[in-house]
Amino acid sequence: MKLLKSVLISSLLAAASFSASAKTEIINGAGASFPHPIYAKWAEEYQKETGIRINYQAIGSGGGIRQITAKTVDFGASDAPLDVKKLAKEDMIQFPMVMGAIVPVINVPGIEPGALKLTGKILADIYMGNIKKWNDERISALNPGVNIPNQAIYVVHRSDGSGTTYNFTDYLSRVSSEWKENIGKNTDITWPKKATTIGGNGNAGVANFVRRTRGAIGYVEYAYAKQNSLTYTQLASADGKFLQPNMDTFQAAAANADWANAPGFRLLLNNQPGADSWPMTAATFILMHKDQKNAKKAQHIIDFFEWSYEKGGDFAVGLDYIPMPEAVVEMVENVWKKDLTTDGKTIIK
Amino acid sequence: MLSTTMSRAVNSPELINGDSIFHRLSFTSAILIFLVLIGIIISLIDGGWQALTEFGPGFVFRNVWDTVNSDFGAAAAIYGTLVSSLIAIVIAIPVGLGTAIFLAELAPGWISRPVSMAIELLAAVPSIIYGMWGLFVFAPWFSEGFQFWALENLVDLPLIGPWFDGPPIGIGLLTAGIILSFMILPIITALTRDALKTIPNVVREAAYGVGATPYEVITRVLLPSIKNAAVGAGILGLGRALGETMAVAFVIGGASRIETSLFMPASSISSTIAQQFNEATNEMHISALISLGLVLFVLTFIVMGAARLLLKKKS
Repeated sequence: MKLLKSVLISSLLAAASFSASAKTEIINGAGASFPHPIYAKWAEEYQKETGIRINYQAIGSGGGIRQITAKTVDFGASDAPLDVKKLAKEDMIQFPMVMGAIVPVINVPGIEPGALKLTGKILADIYMGNIKKWNDERISALNPGVNIPNQAIYVVHRSDGSGTTYNFTDYLSRVSSEWKENIGKNTDITWPKKATTIGGNGNAGVANFVRRTRGAIGYVEYAYAKQNSLTYTQLASADGKFLQPNMDTFQAAAANADWANAPGFRLLLNNQPGADSWPMTAATFILMHKDQKNAKKAQHIIDFFEWSYEKGGDFAVGLDYIPMPEAVVEMVENVWKKDLTTDGKTIIK
Repeated sequence: MLSTTMSRAVNSPELINGDSIFHRLSFTSAILIFLVLIGIIISLIDGGWQALTEFGPGFVFRNVWDTVNSDFGAAAAIYGTLVSSLIAIVIAIPVGLGTAIFLAELAPGWISRPVSMAIELLAAVPSIIYGMWGLFVFAPWFSEGFQFWALENLVDLPLIGPWFDGPPIGIGLLTAGIILSFMILPIITALTRDALKTIPNVVREAAYGVGATPYEVITRVLLPSIKNAAVGAGILGLGRALGETMAVAFVIGGASRIETSLFMPASSISSTIAQQFNEATNEMHISALISLGLVLFVLTFIVMGAARLLLKKKS
């Protein structure tokens, strides 16, 4: 009883302090879980500087799109960009906020991180079950001098729907026509039956199975591979050069991408041109309605994004995200100026 | 007792008033539950309408879950749900019953009290904890401790051999079933133990008096008299197993297919919904997931109904 009382009192106190602080403006956003750590970090730092609170809920891209369409949040976030038709229909703008990279991780006895070379085509064949052993001649041919054991391959994938799977399967669709025709891309797909597959829940689940299962290969966000010291592999760029996954090759992918010719910034960064472009790089997007009811609030939202672009880069790198290149930021700012309106008048000066 | 309150209620006006308020209040609560239930069914049908009209009643029997081409069927998820729950029940009922008998009949107080408490605590553990524990602790142990052994020794057995022919990775249908059995064990144990405790001591004394051994007392006298309670406990356990989500999502492997092997990854209805709903953007996909919810609703209803019928027949 005493416990109950103290719980009641403390929750009342919490509620009281909450309503007191609710006077400061709160900007609500919801969506993709992949950028959640960096959005949360930016929100925290931004609040320290300006007092404006950003409340971001990582409910998943699908949820983010539904919420912003229903106008229950001020901005939505999605890993997969909406197509231009849907944007026009909902009268929304879309822009890339930050980028991440996906890396293949393996567990093959005797092979060090970054030692094994793979191409996208081989990756697709492994995930389709066309290559079932690590010492398959196509892998050996790429890796002379690496002692690869005769070991069955276990393919690890995300069992939950995720933007990571969307981008990974998009990459495989780009490099393998067989994958594109038979399997396709989505946040969650029917994995080929020919391969021996293991489904892991979230990045943590995939990382766990790869670390534990001898002969496993999986795909995780770079931050995850790095923080868990997983054995990542090299991957061939679109131009055929073998690359190590690191900030330089990720940034090259972003810089070489042709954003200017992508309406609605609808651009997936996989397999971009440029010898040094890491082939599995992905931006994550923000969605906002063009017509804003509250011009002051819209200005505050944009202020936050602008601050994140300009001052948030170091935080992003610290969390293993890739900041947007300046040229892209300029394009995004132009879209803000042109498209965000209230009663037909533009908001951003 | 009842008759005195009733006569007092008739005599005193205030109490009549209080009674009628109470009556209305409880009546409203009961109706409210009913309305909520109807509301849930209607919204499930409404949300799943697109998929239900597209695929028709065949939705339940189609073994396909293709999010890329928007082609959906519930068969694999239904299979995974039923089989994992069945495994859970098959393990949990004998173990739960045995534990209950030990606690209520055989163990001295200093053992039965802490063990009872431990079992009740087991019921209070959130399901996500079971999921994490299953994935990070149980699965590796299960892989090395059982699956490798099974691959060498059980695969060639007739009939049940193919159940164990799969990758020894520690997750899959069997692991999900075992984790579920841990989760429903407390409810089955607690209910049957309480039922055993309600049997008056006279019954035991009488049985011992005619010369029965403890084994005979338990199997011939006590167990038959708690049969209904035990079946009821099984039903409640089954109900929890059918709908359990997060723990299953962690260890079942998330593959929408039907395989003979219990080592293979599979999916259950609730885990499919939990894992895919957040990131589902395609309207047909969302609709199919909501239809899955409806299927689970109906499935639970059928299983519960059947179990209730069974209970009625027995008593």
